Amino acid sequence: MSDLAAATKADFPLLSRDVYGKPIVYLDSAATSQKPQAVLDAMDGYYRTVNANVHRGAYHIADIATQAMEEARAKLQHFVGAASPREIIFCRNATEAVNLVAHSWGRTNLREGDAVLLTHMEHHANIVPWHMLAAELDIELRWLPLDNDGRLDLRNLDRLLDGVRLVAFSAMSNVLGTIPPIRRIADAAHERGAVVLLDGAQYVPHVPTDVTELGCDFLAFSGHKMCGPTGIGVLWGREELLEAMPPFMGGGEMILNVTTEGFLPNELPWKFEAGTPAIAEVVGLGAAVDYLSGIGMEAVRRHDTSLTAYALRTLTERHGERLTIHGPAEPAARGGVLSFEYGDVHAHDISQVLDEWAVCVRAGHHCAKPLMRCLGVVATARASVYIYNDTSDIDELSEALDRVGDLFGPQ
Amino acid sequence: MPGLEDLYREIVLDHYRNPRNRGELPCPPARRAEGFNPLCGDEVVVYTDLADGMVRDVRFGGQGCSISQSTASMMSVAVKGRSLEEVEKLERSFKAMMSIVTDGGEVAPPADLGDLEALRGVVKFPVRIKCATLCWNTLTESLRS
Repeated sequence: MSDLAAATKADFPLLSRDVYGKPIVYLDSAATSQKPQAVLDAMDGYYRTVNANVHRGAYHIADIATQAMEEARAKLQHFVGAASPREIIFCRNATEAVNLVAHSWGRTNLREGDAVLLTHMEHHANIVPWHMLAAELDIELRWLPLDNDGRLDLRNLDRLLDGVRLVAFSAMSNVLGTIPPIRRIADAAHERGAVVLLDGAQYVPHVPTDVTELGCDFLAFSGHKMCGPTGIGVLWGREELLEAMPPFMGGGEMILNVTTEGFLPNELPWKFEAGTPAIAEVVGLGAAVDYLSGIGMEAVRRHDTSLTAYALRTLTERHGERLTIHGPAEPAARGGVLSFEYGDVHAHDISQVLDEWAVCVRAGHHCAKPLMRCLGVVATARASVYIYNDTSDIDELSEALDRVGDLFGPQ
Repeated sequence: MPGLEDLYREIVLDHYRNPRNRGELPCPPARRAEGFNPLCGDEVVVYTDLADGMVRDVRFGGQGCSISQSTASMMSVAVKGRSLEEVEKLERSFKAMMSIVTDGGEVAPPADLGDLEALRGVVKFPVRIKCATLCWNTLTESLRS
């Protein structure tokens, strides 16, 4: 398992830095991943040698910039198994992608009394847009619950799907790591004529992704969690759905013609890309896709699973009953996201002590307050792994947790 | 680099482990206000019982980290039996200690913060300042309600 980290760690300049004189132990990739040199070089090279606005100028570098952007789109298309580059919409992040679906598809297709099915493990990005739409359209929000192992409880799925027009759920929980039976839920939704939106923010960076195999209609994901820059994400949608949807934001780039009387929207995908896009970030994301494809997403998934298994085993062995790790006990059913509690020490205090040892973990509600309520906590600490982590990072975390016990343990 | 000992002073941990004035007060006559820290999900509830311009009694509840809970405990001790004017002075003084400028940049009047002085180190950990001010903001809301 450490072979992959040994091969990749040197590619990430930030991971060679110290924190308080100690080597950094970065365990917060579920929040954002670090960036390899190849991505930094691609963005730097773009600004140094190519920078020009896209789809406008007839001059040489404008042409190269446009090509660079559309080449990146093709890379993203192949990365998720999309049928056409017309189905790859660049947006700011997964959050904006979900909002795009809510505003454009939702407002066009949902009527008073329709239902949208979500789950208790959703990120706020896949909750709040639907609350906002529910307040506007008087639609009903329904919730798939979790079982005690942190997996979706599908026993009442058929009943919950009655009257549902859209099922929107996370392909991998950002708190529990849970990977639900995506295909099964998507098939059940389609049998009822519902459309399926997957929040792939955690899934796409870590698991080989093929939209046809997943059986979804929309897939939202962010670039910055998959070795790419911040400020760039993707909405993939089935072409016939995107074709029938009205534009999301208005402006330049998204039109074919504008008159004083009205406008004619552009073709896909530009219909949904108003204004000058984040060109350098698109180029950076393209480089990130190349980087991950070079490793192979099957290898990424194997590495994550094996490191997660190591973490579950060794942390539990060392810390016993003081440590509670949420989410499925079976590594194959989850990603490398470990939310935990340590005795009754608050997550903020845990992460503060770990910081002293240069161990970076997230503390808080992870933008998933309904899930926190289901777990009966206000916050958890969360360690999450990626391609550059190895067993030594888990060992450092484990040792630093002893310091938490020293400071906050029974007196 | 600030060390953990700057943050987790013994007196802070004592208030965290043995909180003073934790509980509820019947409303009415007491007033109740809730505060949330959207960053970490901490929640605090402050009950105040006012009479003749004085904080006759105070209780707090909720869930949060050692800093938010210990601050609430220390604050409850500091404001109990004080006039509203004195409470306001304490709050401004405490926030000044947290490098928060209130009321258009006026220098906060000095006040005896008692145990709350132990939280002086929080200012070295900017992310935690909100943990220490949550209960104060909730107290103010409760007094204004």
